[in-house]
Amino acid sequence: MTTVWVPQDSSARAVGADEVAAVLATVDGVTVRRNGTRGMLWREPLVEVETDRGRVGYAGVTAEAVPSLLEAGLLVGSEHESCIGVVDEDPWLTAQDRVSLARIGLAEPTDLSAYEAQGGWAGLRRALELDPADVVEEVVASGLRGRGGAGFPTGVKWRTVLQAEAEQKFVACNLDEGDSGTFADRILAEADPFTLVEGMTIAAVTVGATEGYIYCRSEYPDAVARLRDAIAVAAEHGYLGDDVAGSGRSFRLQVRVGAGAYICGEETSMLESLEGRRGEVRAKPPIPALRGLWDSPTVVNNLLSFAAIPMILADGGEAYAARGVGRSRGTQIFQLAGNIARGGVYEAPLGVSLRELVEDVGGGTRSGRPVRAVQVGGPLGAYLPADRLDVPMGYEELAEAGGMLGHGGLVVFDDTVDMARMARFAMEFCAVESCGKCTPCRIGSTRGVETIDRITSTPAGTEGREQLFVLLEDLCATMTTGSLCAMGGLTPVPVRSALTHFPEDFGGSPR
Amino acid sequence: MARAGRQQTEELTPRSARAEVTREVAQGYAGERGPLLEILHAVQAEHGYLADEDVSEIADVLNLSVAEVHGTVSFYHDFRRRPAPDHQVQICRAEACQSVGAAALFDAAQDHFAHREDVEVREVFCFGNCALGPSASIDGRLRARVTIDDIAAAESGWSR
Repeated sequence: MTTVWVPQDSSARAVGADEVAAVLATVDGVTVRRNGTRGMLWREPLVEVETDRGRVGYAGVTAEAVPSLLEAGLLVGSEHESCIGVVDEDPWLTAQDRVSLARIGLAEPTDLSAYEAQGGWAGLRRALELDPADVVEEVVASGLRGRGGAGFPTGVKWRTVLQAEAEQKFVACNLDEGDSGTFADRILAEADPFTLVEGMTIAAVTVGATEGYIYCRSEYPDAVARLRDAIAVAAEHGYLGDDVAGSGRSFRLQVRVGAGAYICGEETSMLESLEGRRGEVRAKPPIPALRGLWDSPTVVNNLLSFAAIPMILADGGEAYAARGVGRSRGTQIFQLAGNIARGGVYEAPLGVSLRELVEDVGGGTRSGRPVRAVQVGGPLGAYLPADRLDVPMGYEELAEAGGMLGHGGLVVFDDTVDMARMARFAMEFCAVESCGKCTPCRIGSTRGVETIDRITSTPAGTEGREQLFVLLEDLCATMTTGSLCAMGGLTPVPVRSALTHFPEDFGGSPR
Repeated sequence: MARAGRQQTEELTPRSARAEVTREVAQGYAGERGPLLEILHAVQAEHGYLADEDVSEIADVLNLSVAEVHGTVSFYHDFRRRPAPDHQVQICRAEACQSVGAAALFDAAQDHFAHREDVEVREVFCFGNCALGPSASIDGRLRARVTIDDIAAAESGWSR
């Protein structure tokens, strides 16, 4: 029998992986197995055939092409125009520094023995041997900062929850990955869900939490299903439940599904939603570490933060901190998205330049036209022009360049983009998705759409046009300083960056 | 006092079959912490949408006011207060998909289905398929690098 791997990742399925798997399953002598994606999404469906040389990959396979590929020697790894050689030796993969992504695409996502064979649970075992305060110090030493975008030191957050005295504590994972151009949470949840389970379990046994929730957006049904399967398997094998890995400590984990509200990716809004209410932002303080879910101390971290934890515990915080730049330690899973030739997930130490990611790794635009702008860090991130891509990807480094790292997503636009339209969209999106609790965000965003419309419909030279720019800047200032959370507070970032770097798209000079 | 009044009314008016189902679904989650969203998803999966009587029934099971449940239902884009149309076409209009033509695709899809009342074309923001846009979900199935021809081809597979 020849084993052929066909990814069951939702991006791969969106380009026909299920149909390819179905055709291959009818071939005599073939066993089809379904792995997660390797993260090279532009090559999906990427079919891998087990050979003596290793797993040989065929990119962009369609169900219709399977018969001719079989004829060309697919099952023995023969040369073909779609053949990319041995996948593990592919330069796009070998150039990465995969820490959190180390296991994606290698096996069936919920194959527990494969997870164990690839180093799984080593972090949890060590965490259970250490004193909880020492686990926290290991996380502090790693320099890990909140990968959801806020960049708050994860270890410091854990220490706060550990030191809080309460009968009940919780752990919550934010998997409400609503930012356009970000999909690392989804890929990891679908391809290697045990890494998240392990990271959350380490957090729980460390701070003394006995219940955990993964809040996953409803747009990710495959991730929800995979995580629920993984939780059931982990519980069956004693990694969750009343006696976590034989430690006598208890931790129960469940997945909760959102209902299509972008704002629920904001941590306090997510807590409201988890409690079954409207996802309206809470004012801080109190911070969730002290009063989070049901007023109890709660560790709230993004999926990517939890996913870095198993390795930090297994190999030590210093090993993680050895990577990175400035105060941005460790690796980031960059997501190459939008109009890009080689889109996917690319894990590299923080500090890699934006230009390297867009041009060398991503191969420029998919359309083949020149890059005009890159939006970094999601819909609330800045649009950087093509001549400003030499910035290192770090929290402070990007802030200095007027941008933010956010969740590590990069959306590339070619020279056909209308930046006034993108600025308008930023305001429009905020108006649609605002929770409505605070006025600057709820009303400012609608006024922002109207003002940009007036600017773009008023020819240069018209009297009063200048005042529209003043009004827009006033709105941006009010939203920035007066909003309760990052949604209203950062929506002006893409707007202002578009105005600053691409004034010609707004009809040129304000006058 | 209000609750006593409600209980009396309930004795006088028996629940509809739908309300009985809703009640049963809701009670299945009543032991969980903060179960409202779970219940709303489950009831909507059962009936296709959330009718007024579902909202009242859920409120009663959870000992919440109808206003609180309605407030939660109305906050989230996923919950429907009316039956869903036969076919749902959701097109991502977020930035990554816009960079590869989602705005034009959305307009084209709206035009394409303008004459069909049984098709709902809705904008959504991000399926997490941002490397292979434009993305669309057609009757719950995610598709990548979507063109208006792909959507028309999917339509031709529907039985009218």
